[in-house]
Amino acid sequence: MPASLIQGDSLLAVNIGAATTRAVLFDVVEGEYRLLASVSSPSTVEAPFQDVSEGVRNAISALQTASGRPLLNADRQLITPSQPDGSGVDAFVSTLSAGPALKTAVVGLLDEVSLESALRLAEMTYTRVVDSVGLNDHRKTDQQIDTLLRLQPDVVIITGGTDGGASRSVHKMLEPVGLASYLLPPEKRPAVLFAGNQKLDDEVKGLLSNVTSSLHFSPNVRPSLETEDLEPAARELAGVFLGVRQRQLKGLDAVVGWANGGVLPTAYAQNRMVRFLSQIYAGNTGLLSVDIGASAAVVVAGFAQRSTLGVYPQFGLGENLPALLQYTSLEDILRWSSLDISTGVLRDYIYQKALYPSSISATKEEQAIAQAVTRQALYLAVQTAKRKFPRSMRAPRPGLLPSFEPILAGGGALGDAPTAGQSLLLLLDAIQPTGLTTFILDKNDLLPLLGAAAARNSIIPVQVLESGAFQSLGTVVSAVVSASYGSLVVRARLVYDDGHEAVAEVKYGSLELLPLADGQSAKLTLQPSRGADVGFGPGHSGAVRVSGGAMGVVIDGRGRPLTLPQDPGRRRELVKKWLWTVGG
Amino acid sequence: MLAPVRHILPLTTILRERVLPINGKVSARLNQKVSATDVVAEVSWAREHVLLDIGRALNLSPDAADKLIQCKVGDRLSAGSVIATGRGMLPKTVKVPREGKVVVTGGGQVLLEVGESHTELRAGIPGTVTQIIPDRGVVIQAAGALVQGVWGNGRVDTGVLTNLAEQPDKVLTAERLDVSLRGSVIIAGQCKEANTLQAAAELPVRGLILASLFPSLLPVAHEMRYPIMLTDGFGSMPMNSAAYRLLTTNVKREATLNAENFDRYRGTLPEVIIPLPVSSEPAPPQEVTTFAAGQTVRLRRPPAAGMIGTIIVLHPGLTTLPSGLRAPAADIKLENGEQVLIPLINLEVVG
Repeated sequence: MPASLIQGDSLLAVNIGAATTRAVLFDVVEGEYRLLASVSSPSTVEAPFQDVSEGVRNAISALQTASGRPLLNADRQLITPSQPDGSGVDAFVSTLSAGPALKTAVVGLLDEVSLESALRLAEMTYTRVVDSVGLNDHRKTDQQIDTLLRLQPDVVIITGGTDGGASRSVHKMLEPVGLASYLLPPEKRPAVLFAGNQKLDDEVKGLLSNVTSSLHFSPNVRPSLETEDLEPAARELAGVFLGVRQRQLKGLDAVVGWANGGVLPTAYAQNRMVRFLSQIYAGNTGLLSVDIGASAAVVVAGFAQRSTLGVYPQFGLGENLPALLQYTSLEDILRWSSLDISTGVLRDYIYQKALYPSSISATKEEQAIAQAVTRQALYLAVQTAKRKFPRSMRAPRPGLLPSFEPILAGGGALGDAPTAGQSLLLLLDAIQPTGLTTFILDKNDLLPLLGAAAARNSIIPVQVLESGAFQSLGTVVSAVVSASYGSLVVRARLVYDDGHEAVAEVKYGSLELLPLADGQSAKLTLQPSRGADVGFGPGHSGAVRVSGGAMGVVIDGRGRPLTLPQDPGRRRELVKKWLWTVGG
Repeated sequence: MLAPVRHILPLTTILRERVLPINGKVSARLNQKVSATDVVAEVSWAREHVLLDIGRALNLSPDAADKLIQCKVGDRLSAGSVIATGRGMLPKTVKVPREGKVVVTGGGQVLLEVGESHTELRAGIPGTVTQIIPDRGVVIQAAGALVQGVWGNGRVDTGVLTNLAEQPDKVLTAERLDVSLRGSVIIAGQCKEANTLQAAAELPVRGLILASLFPSLLPVAHEMRYPIMLTDGFGSMPMNSAAYRLLTTNVKREATLNAENFDRYRGTLPEVIIPLPVSSEPAPPQEVTTFAAGQTVRLRRPPAAGMIGTIIVLHPGLTTLPSGLRAPAADIKLENGEQVLIPLINLEVVG
């Protein structure tokens, strides 16, 4: 069992991404936990390094320099617990997203029931579904066996049967998995997670325990036909993911050892934190967290009682980048660019970037392309994740996003944008929120790290969140409206605490900024035009107290869904204008 | 900061491990001299499987069917062999539909493997076998010039190095490929048309070393039976001057082009090896170093993608780049005398 972290203990947390390894140090300052230092270093998962721990040690070494606290001994081992001379830390946790997406086969009974649940479960970690076996599968068992032998999945997720329900059909589904695993060399056998009819656990154990690399059980994802509960299985799947990664990635064992087992998949830890936050902060609306990096795009939506997690390696900005073109066109990516860039240049960029996922944009043109790609990838991820949101979360119009408050954003592509304005505009374009929202930027990738730390000490997340370690980008009002360009959408009046006020008349197709510094609040009164919904219902006016941020109060009058002009020249001018509005 | 190294070396010792994906038979011997296309290990496995449900065929329970199965694991059966006979006056029989080997019996079923796939593992480099990895493969050592690329189509071959790139950015066209080039490993600049790749296949050439390729041609490049390696990347990049110089100064020498697929996790890269006679073993290349002033580097991304330069100054801390991003960076003097600011993460040391 991992040692628990008691209040007052210092904590070192490391996030191992595909491109970057980030190390952050938390300790108690004046009675409260604070983020003391945060550094990043290139990850070393890939050749020529091929040792995860090397990148972790490099990041910790840089953290030593930044914090002035010795953390590694002469043998580059972590000093733990903290020493009387001030060196070392009391606890260490880590999150991991690096490595290729796990090749996953899903097995279930009915396509729209257990198989659907298995697919949704697979989407809760870094997987790529390579095969799907169900009752409606027209292949013979031996063909299914041959497919599994050819694909050699890292993980097999088996669902099916309500508790106490079907057993014979599930048994039939186990056959190809068991036989294929038996025929594979031991080092290539998959890890198997059984999340079906619990009455079959013993039978599954008897059939599969000797032919899998590891066998895991979780409560049924479909205890009844009407009920789906993925959370316990997702917890088990997080363990499966780490087990596979420990076999795949050299040096991870050392990190797991330092963490006393406290290593979590990054997306899982992010989900845990969103659930925690949504219980504290979310009122009638949900809370949204997006993260996009080299490994994947991750979208987590937290509601008072539950959360939905979507992990999309296909929308990651690293080695998988060319796969993005299976989901979108070059033209759709370029619609976001303020520069005139050809589809050929964009295609070359995508393939070259995939060769060097950790490389960054050095020129303005490359940065414009990178931001266009990020916008489209995140847009697709949010559109995909939207399907999982509970029906009770109603959007102002069909097809739009329900209102979220706040929206948290992290990941290298967002946190490292040159300006806060560019980050915010990218998020507005990709997410297209509705109503009133606060945007918070997690520049240090703290959210998943706090999620990992929360298991040891629930005080750290609360105190760090309130310490200003996250950057508020500001409050955004997104008008849901369709109108002609230039027509009035909303009149806004911001009354500051000192009695001064700022006003704006926001026209369709434009963005307006009202200054409100981080840490300040003011009263915002909105008078929408007929039919426009700014969060109070179509055409309804209202007043609300809003908090400031790097960009103050932003009123987005571009309409939802955001429709860009067809004419490329006019479109680029408009995108340029929006970019200029948020500071260039 | 740690720096990856791209090997472009006029003379070095090259050690390569070549292993089968699964256990098989190693045919090479210790200290054996091998050419790149020699088979060093091989393995056979079943192409497909046939599952025979005896219980269902004889209308019996699995346990009852098990008692009637007449074959055991390991048996090789010819097509039509009877593997189970039912009960009664006119008993049903279950026959094997195809020739195969029994791999599993039980639960009233028999699983046969049928057909055979065979994989031969080639040496990939010309050299001497210095280690046998039992059942899996070999380690081969060679001495010579080494040029690593960024992408390969998975093929390997050996031929005489021939230069068709008068400049590093010369576009190779089908018209340049005539019958005199049959059997050559061709040095070229960029490739922009599928018919160029197809014309090379028709000769056939023994390999194509390109600076860059249009991404839209990747499916065609994968289909080609001859090896194709890109030294620099995708699009219209010229060949980096270090690779160009080294390759063109070795024209008419025999070269092995092992266009192995780039695998970032295993560390495999496509490479050209030009065996050279040596009196003593040259130093092996270093795989990792740290960035330092004076190092020769290759730029991975714009500006000046693919160009070779020298680190003039490593800036302390983070530097704001023209893109607006902030990152550890260095001033690089390019071979044309121009000086550019490049993030370290976009550099690789040449050596």
